[in-house]
Amino acid sequence: MIPTSLNAWVATPEIFLLCSACIVLLFDLFVSDARKQVTYLLTLLVLALTAVLTIQSLQQGLALSASGVSAARFAFNHMYVADPVADFAKLGMLLGVALVLIYGRSYAIDRGIFKGELFTLTLFSLLGMMVMASATNFLTLYVGLELLSLAIYALVALPRGNVRASEAAMKYFVLGALASGMLLYGLSMLYGATGSLDVYEVSARIAQAQFNPMLLTFGMVFVVTGIGFKLGAVPFHMWVPDVYEGSPTLLAQLIGSAPKLAAFVFVLRLLGEAMGQFGPLWGEMLKYIAILSLVIGNLAAIAQTNIKRMLAYSTISHMGFLLLGVMTHSEIGYAAAFFYAMTYVITAAASFGLIMLLSRNGFECENIADFKGLNKRSPWFAGMMLMVMFSMAGIPAFVGFFAKLSVLRALVDSGLTWLAVVAIVFSLIGAFYYLRVVKVMYFDEPEGELLAPAGELDAKLLLSLNCLLLLVLGVFPNQLLTSLSHAVNLTMAGSAGMMLQ
Amino acid sequence: MLESYFPVLLFLVVGLLVGVAPLVLGWGVGKVLGTVRPDPEKLSPYECGFEPSADARIQFDVRYYLVAILFILFDLEVAFLVPWAVVLKEIGLFGFISMMIFLAILVVGFIYEWMKGALEWE
Repeated sequence: MIPTSLNAWVATPEIFLLCSACIVLLFDLFVSDARKQVTYLLTLLVLALTAVLTIQSLQQGLALSASGVSAARFAFNHMYVADPVADFAKLGMLLGVALVLIYGRSYAIDRGIFKGELFTLTLFSLLGMMVMASATNFLTLYVGLELLSLAIYALVALPRGNVRASEAAMKYFVLGALASGMLLYGLSMLYGATGSLDVYEVSARIAQAQFNPMLLTFGMVFVVTGIGFKLGAVPFHMWVPDVYEGSPTLLAQLIGSAPKLAAFVFVLRLLGEAMGQFGPLWGEMLKYIAILSLVIGNLAAIAQTNIKRMLAYSTISHMGFLLLGVMTHSEIGYAAAFFYAMTYVITAAASFGLIMLLSRNGFECENIADFKGLNKRSPWFAGMMLMVMFSMAGIPAFVGFFAKLSVLRALVDSGLTWLAVVAIVFSLIGAFYYLRVVKVMYFDEPEGELLAPAGELDAKLLLSLNCLLLLVLGVFPNQLLTSLSHAVNLTMAGSAGMMLQ
Repeated sequence: MLESYFPVLLFLVVGLLVGVAPLVLGWGVGKVLGTVRPDPEKLSPYECGFEPSADARIQFDVRYYLVAILFILFDLEVAFLVPWAVVLKEIGLFGFISMMIFLAILVVGFIYEWMKGALEWE
């Protein structure tokens, strides 16, 4: 039995990343501890080359769709697809991961985790995300998810002597394993109900009414639960604050940024494509999850004094917004959620990058009080933090505003105006705790000695560019928004075309 | 219907015989021929380096874990290699190359653990 459609070249970015991750792993064995910068630079080179390959794949897909052919190119017997949604998501992930390494470099050196494993495990987790983004088979989806999760569990436990990091890793591992179990159970029920593991095949069988309705519904409930856990949406959010607080900040940044994009594509393929026919049914489930996430995320964030915990609850509320976009099950809704996830990666990277910039050896900047009088110490970075907080709060002219606006527009278009009102009310409540950080930075007197931001020049420069990007994208969001919605349209049209066959 | 369960019954009977006969034989023959000089070590069910019954929460060398985990990794590889070898003719070059890729990834892991000193006992 020789596969008829191996087409392995379609997966060039992933294959390249896998090979280079192995090479980095072996190369690092011959690099002395003092010269880990070499491994670091090699890792960044790998990320850059993977990005080039992904851009090539993206251009190829767009050229194909422009000439009237489907942009989706399948490989490995329909288990893998390269389409513009996957390629855009991969570019976002590559950027997110590169920012983690660049911002976290001096932080990692200070805490003794600037080791080869940091780089190889990060590369493997990125590989997992990229596989998730391109998977069109439940098995590939699951394998990608596990590769991502296992690498991150090990990364969180990297500072071995640190009790809090070990505790965070343990909690993350146990709850992550539970979520994986739920998801796998749901997927096995979907397989039992439809007799297929292929996303398009499942969708076609549902359209032809060849399925067991009760089993399918149960499977869907388990799948939604698993997704809720992985996204960290209420009521499956309990791990998020503890893991953010306990893990080293650069790993909190890794957990909080790029995987959200992978999770979005995961939801798009699993719910949007495979179970699109049941949009109203899972939409109803996601609606309550999203509302609860907005309510609990925003209200609990107010009570936090630790900025990492505050950002964790803020992530929960952002995931609520993302799910609101998805639950409309419309192309404009998916496009809005995609835009939201993409811009959230940049915003989260900037927020954690700033926290790391203000930390140094022996001092963790993690309480909101540590930001007191930042304006006096470093007006420039206080301004940067202000931009990040404004963007997260959704204040106009920053990208967070347009992300929220496009989700709200999708809700109103789907006739769910009351949901849009709920979302706005809780965003307003959320603005309180973002603005409190701004108030602490600008109007409170600094305590203790005045520490200037640490960090290397390249990290500072890139961080500034990153924050300015929030403003630039906020003023000119159209380019990104139209590209992403074009990609989503192509994918949804592709899966509809697949069903007609 | 029931007669199709006859082999199962036969199996049970033979299994019981195989289990009980050595006990009876050993006990009977031992009574006649053997000398009995028991000591605590002889009476313990088995000997493996640990106390046979003690609190489960004892300290033991973490290196056992490392060896066990590495053993499982490379032991499982055999579970894939054997069926692969059996059907190698049917799966052809594609199957051969697939397994070589799998082995290459394992070799990368092996080099890593070796260079990291995980295989040194001291």
